Amino acid sequence: MTLPHGVERRAFDGTESLATQGEPVYGESVEDGWRQWVPERSKLGAMLELGVDTGLAGGETVLYLGAASGTTVSHVADFAGPTYAVEFAARPTRDLLDVAADRHRLFPLLKDARAPETYAHVVEPVDVIVQDVATRGQADVALANHRFLQDDGRLIMAVKARSEDVTRDPDDVFADVTDQLETEYEILESRRLEPFHDDHLAVIACPR
Amino acid sequence: MSTEDAWFYGLPPDDESAAKARISEGEANEPADWPEVAVETGFVEDVEAYYDKLHSITTAAANATVQERERADDQQLKHAVRAMDDCERTANELAERVAEWAGTRLSDAGTGVEYARELVRGVTTDPADADLRSLAQRVVDLADEAADLRRTVETTAPDVAPNLSALAGPVLAARLISLAGGLESLAKKPSGTVQVLGAEDALFAHLQGSAPSPKHGIIYTHEYVSGTDPDQRGSAARALAGKLTIAARIDHYSGDRRPEIDAELDERIETIRSRGDET
Repeated sequence: MTLPHGVERRAFDGTESLATQGEPVYGESVEDGWRQWVPERSKLGAMLELGVDTGLAGGETVLYLGAASGTTVSHVADFAGPTYAVEFAARPTRDLLDVAADRHRLFPLLKDARAPETYAHVVEPVDVIVQDVATRGQADVALANHRFLQDDGRLIMAVKARSEDVTRDPDDVFADVTDQLETEYEILESRRLEPFHDDHLAVIACPR
Repeated sequence: MSTEDAWFYGLPPDDESAAKARISEGEANEPADWPEVAVETGFVEDVEAYYDKLHSITTAAANATVQERERADDQQLKHAVRAMDDCERTANELAERVAEWAGTRLSDAGTGVEYARELVRGVTTDPADADLRSLAQRVVDLADEAADLRRTVETTAPDVAPNLSALAGPVLAARLISLAGGLESLAKKPSGTVQVLGAEDALFAHLQGSAPSPKHGIIYTHEYVSGTDPDQRGSAARALAGKLTIAARIDHYSGDRRPEIDAELDERIETIRSRGDET
């Protein structure tokens, strides 16, 4: 698996780590203009670190669902093309706005990812959807946003078992979520994100 | 797709506030290649110009909404209602001081904030009363400040807690949130605790074995408690607290307005009151 163009392995304090080029945002280490991308803090970072074939090449148009305070989005915007960042909570969006201030192709949208009709008048069809929403009904969100994905596009999703049901076995939760996804997506790869994130499943899929 | 669905459809190119409103409030069922549509319809010169514009408008729109939502935050409401209570209490205390002082100097001295207003309007022009008039002015300013804060509470509370505000009225809703420390902690309290919020002294006296359990705390100010016959007041307080607790939970966990709980409370209180009539 190759890293997307714009993402490189660089040395930070003697150890190799993923990195992108851009303005620093959350106190990460910076060497020669390259910002360290820590997999423990980013599910997409963990996927790249673990060698998941995300299909990302760099320069894609991205719809990012669950942008939160913009930690991962900042790296995505560094290597991707136009990036639409959807986040519903006001508090993290304030930090996301700081990230967007330095990135002119990052468009923050204070919207509910469960209600795509509230942003379909702004978001264009995209090459990639990155989904990291911590609400119940994560598969529903992916299905509802299917309309934004181009025919040859990719869904890159981090499923958080605890958001669906804290009491159930994560494997059962993941099985239900992937079953539901398969009604509209073809799943290309899925794997757990341990040791970086407990009880999370990475899913790479394309539209059926 | 339809061109009319675009957030920029029919917008004058430089009308930023209309554009922000479209981003925030607009809707469409299906996405489309909006950058291309924008160029084709002449909204922008080229795709790069479109993205530049989109960046500035989406950032401005998100910023405006964040500020609006954070202003309508439960912690802001807590501070506003506490400040309102502080201003009212201080105004009343100082008004007593003004009345007492004025009584020694003026024959027809009155009492309260209203009398302070009269003094400021010029009951006395004697230079020797300058300090008294100045103090009265502070009372009036504080009372006006309290009134402003009350208006803030009345407009903010329904944003923060729509169901709780509908059931309790905005000011009592704000006081409950303030006593609990926030909407989340109010939502997590059992109904029996909400019933006696604000009656902590009485509750602790009861727990030490020296007093009866309090029937109600701050919710006494609700007409459904204070306006109910004393024999049935405990039942009314319990019923009200139960519905207020449910309202706070809906407000915290979902945030949508559920008018049916108003009707359920009205019905319940009516039953309790008619039970009182029969006996």
